[in-house]
Amino acid sequence: MNGPESLHEVTLVVNGVRRSGSVPGRRTLSDFLRHDLRLTGTHVGCEHGVCGACTVLLEGEPVRSCLLLAVTVDGAEVTTVEGCCRGDGSLGAVQQAFRECHGLQCGFCTPGFVTTITAYLRDHPDPDEPEAREAVAGNLCRCTGYQNIVASVLRAAQLRRQEGA
Amino acid sequence: MKPAPFTYHRPESLLDALAVLAEVGERGKVLAGGQSLLPMLAMRLAAPEHLVDVNRVPGLDGVTVEPEGVRVGALARHARVERDAPAAEALPLLRQALRHVAHPTIRNRGTTVGSVVHADPSGEMTAVLALCDGEVVLARQDGERKVAAREFFLGPLESAVAAGELATSVLFRRPGGRTGSAWHEVSRRHGDYAVCGVGALVTLDDDRRVVGARTAYVSMGDTPAVLDLVDAVGGRPADDADWAAAGRLAAGRLTPDADIHASAAYRSHLAQVLTARALREAAGRSARVPEAA
Repeated sequence: MNGPESLHEVTLVVNGVRRSGSVPGRRTLSDFLRHDLRLTGTHVGCEHGVCGACTVLLEGEPVRSCLLLAVTVDGAEVTTVEGCCRGDGSLGAVQQAFRECHGLQCGFCTPGFVTTITAYLRDHPDPDEPEAREAVAGNLCRCTGYQNIVASVLRAAQLRRQEGA
Repeated sequence: MKPAPFTYHRPESLLDALAVLAEVGERGKVLAGGQSLLPMLAMRLAAPEHLVDVNRVPGLDGVTVEPEGVRVGALARHARVERDAPAAEALPLLRQALRHVAHPTIRNRGTTVGSVVHADPSGEMTAVLALCDGEVVLARQDGERKVAAREFFLGPLESAVAAGELATSVLFRRPGGRTGSAWHEVSRRHGDYAVCGVGALVTLDDDRRVVGARTAYVSMGDTPAVLDLVDAVGGRPADDADWAAAGRLAAGRLTPDADIHASAAYRSHLAQVLTARALREAAGRSARVPEAA
């Protein structure tokens, strides 16, 4: 390919806010969020879909943002970890559970876990322990050994139920 | 770890998509779910000059039960196919195997047809299509052709799709008679690539004797191997068939490769055990099929 890359206008609704940028076709959604929109909560680990750190919600469903081109999802609604808090900016149920249960150490993988678990608990509000473990099977964490992350899933489910009651 | 530059196309109709594909020919690559393509682009194992994004082409996302089987359109995501109750009823093997395709997050975006076209011999959908004697519909600007599964998979990551063609749908053919199915695999972590995976179809006659026993495999060779194992178990009552013998017969016919995850001998051992397990479970299910369809 010769000459400068042509740019494409991309508009997304990210965490309820309309955001636009002008990007080359090869810009991944993860890089669009981080570099163009400066939303650096979404972390980029392996960049080939293995680690799950970059997981965001696309129209409410968890997807790997490193495996999507920004231009492909032009017009879509995206929720990142920044959108998993409460309306007043305080910690959401999943985030609070991670803090209470020591579900993170270095925190690099945490955004991907928070988004994945947020969507999972919406669809499965009352998981048992094996189900909680299976729910996070697609995300890698090199610090915790996962025990406290599984505990966080169960605690977040409990917090959500208490709020619902 | 960033894709090389390419010219991006986003056709909004099938005609436009086929016109672009005809124009770019060998220099183009189709983007649907992208869950296999994006890693290849990121690692620069693939660097097409043109990327043809078909995600906006209408009419390609259907999952329909036809008299012959289940037809899945090019834009139907794995998660959508997995959730489809009529499809699961018509061909239970589809859902049984889809639960082993990567992780749910990947299944939300990846497409079943894309998985078939990618022709990764560790992709469950390749083996399911082969086991069902399925076919792939390939459209091009001046017409379309149907390619049977046994002629579709040419080698690892190599399918019969020619330059300028778009796989618009695949047909997973419904097995006839009193047939049950099962899928078993072993992977290092649930959702990872299988070290060995087996799909099984067992057909019983009205006296519940085995008249058909077929299996297909992932990660056991360059293309999805399909085996007919009826010689080991044919004519036996479903609850008294020597499934272990069928497992040994299968292992003797497969020639897996070694890689960093498993030796060839270990893969053969897994194939033997998993074949017996999958056949036994499929036979149990076929015995519960109320009457021949």
